[in-house]
Amino acid sequence: MLPKSRGTLSAAVFNALQSGATAGLEPAPESDEDAQIALWALYELHYRGFEEVDPDLEWDADLLRLRRGLERPFEAELQRRWAQSDLHADPELDLARLIDGHDGPSLARFVQRKADREQVLEILQHRSLYHLKEADPTSWVVPRLDTRPKAAMMEILFDEYGDGDPNRLHHHLFRRGMEAAGLRTDHACYVDEAPVEILAMNNALSLFGLHRRLRGAALGHFAAFESTSSVPSRQLAQGLRRLDFPEEMAAYYDEHVEADSVHEQVARRDVCGAYLEENPSDRDLLFLGAFTCLDLEARYARAMLARWDAA
Amino acid sequence: MSDFEHASIVLCPAGPMLLRGEHEIQDADGKTHRTVRPVSAVCMCGGSAIKPWCDGTHRLIAAKARGDDETDG
Repeated sequence: MLPKSRGTLSAAVFNALQSGATAGLEPAPESDEDAQIALWALYELHYRGFEEVDPDLEWDADLLRLRRGLERPFEAELQRRWAQSDLHADPELDLARLIDGHDGPSLARFVQRKADREQVLEILQHRSLYHLKEADPTSWVVPRLDTRPKAAMMEILFDEYGDGDPNRLHHHLFRRGMEAAGLRTDHACYVDEAPVEILAMNNALSLFGLHRRLRGAALGHFAAFESTSSVPSRQLAQGLRRLDFPEEMAAYYDEHVEADSVHEQVARRDVCGAYLEENPSDRDLLFLGAFTCLDLEARYARAMLARWDAA
Repeated sequence: MSDFEHASIVLCPAGPMLLRGEHEIQDADGKTHRTVRPVSAVCMCGGSAIKPWCDGTHRLIAAKARGDDETDG
């Protein structure tokens, strides 16, 4: 199902997706939220699509032109946020310094200690937009890598996708957890509940993943994501058990405590390290990706904590 | 002769030991754990709550040593 529109542009885009009359759409959103939901739906054509949308529209030239018109200002905004950060000015910056040096509020710590059941259910719904297609946006990058980073990436992705066992595939584990917690589990079924910060996180992943030019940013994003997952996953699992959520939901996060301790090391050393040796001019792109991951995560955490008056 | 270095045991600076392939590890209590992934991370800082595996605790230990107001586990 297509999401609900959030402004005139997204309304026009969703009408066009249903009718197939895609000519003449201009990338003139009435708000960031309007732009992000339209972009999210256009990206979604490359993942699972929508029942009511002709799959041939994935490669419709008018929609691709519109998508490009929305991506350009979005990418420029991500670049601007990175260029303005204190870390950008650090002359000795490397990936480890960037990831360890980024400071942001922790939603996981709030879940661990204070969140109530309703708040956690809301977070799970928001997170489902990514977790139900976990690792998929990063997988676009694989054919664009040379031998060493490609082999290292596959070492991690094989684990993300269950090591050959569908029962252990990460987005399946999340689905099982949601089901046990009484939530719906259809792909992207909670998109209408997702705040703009969540849409931006998902869109950044697709932007980096779908453009070969931005593959360095996709790898930096991936390394930052995996490097900031183990400890928060443990806190989330503790919070879920504190609130008596079903074991399946906590088990999803248990798996990430263990798996991402591995993925972090391989992503930093063997993926990003090898990639940078072969593509030294992509250093800033790699940092852009890592920063964007941490920055958008912090933006989401701030928005939620402020809404709950819990900062 | 391989074209690329690809060690089956890798010691990460201030981090875990990476172990590639299938292994059985006996922990300090004599209990045996089988690896289940292509690469596993074995705790080297002694602080993990899921030993013998790494759970990222070494980062918290390093942060405390730096004097950061880090989140606790």
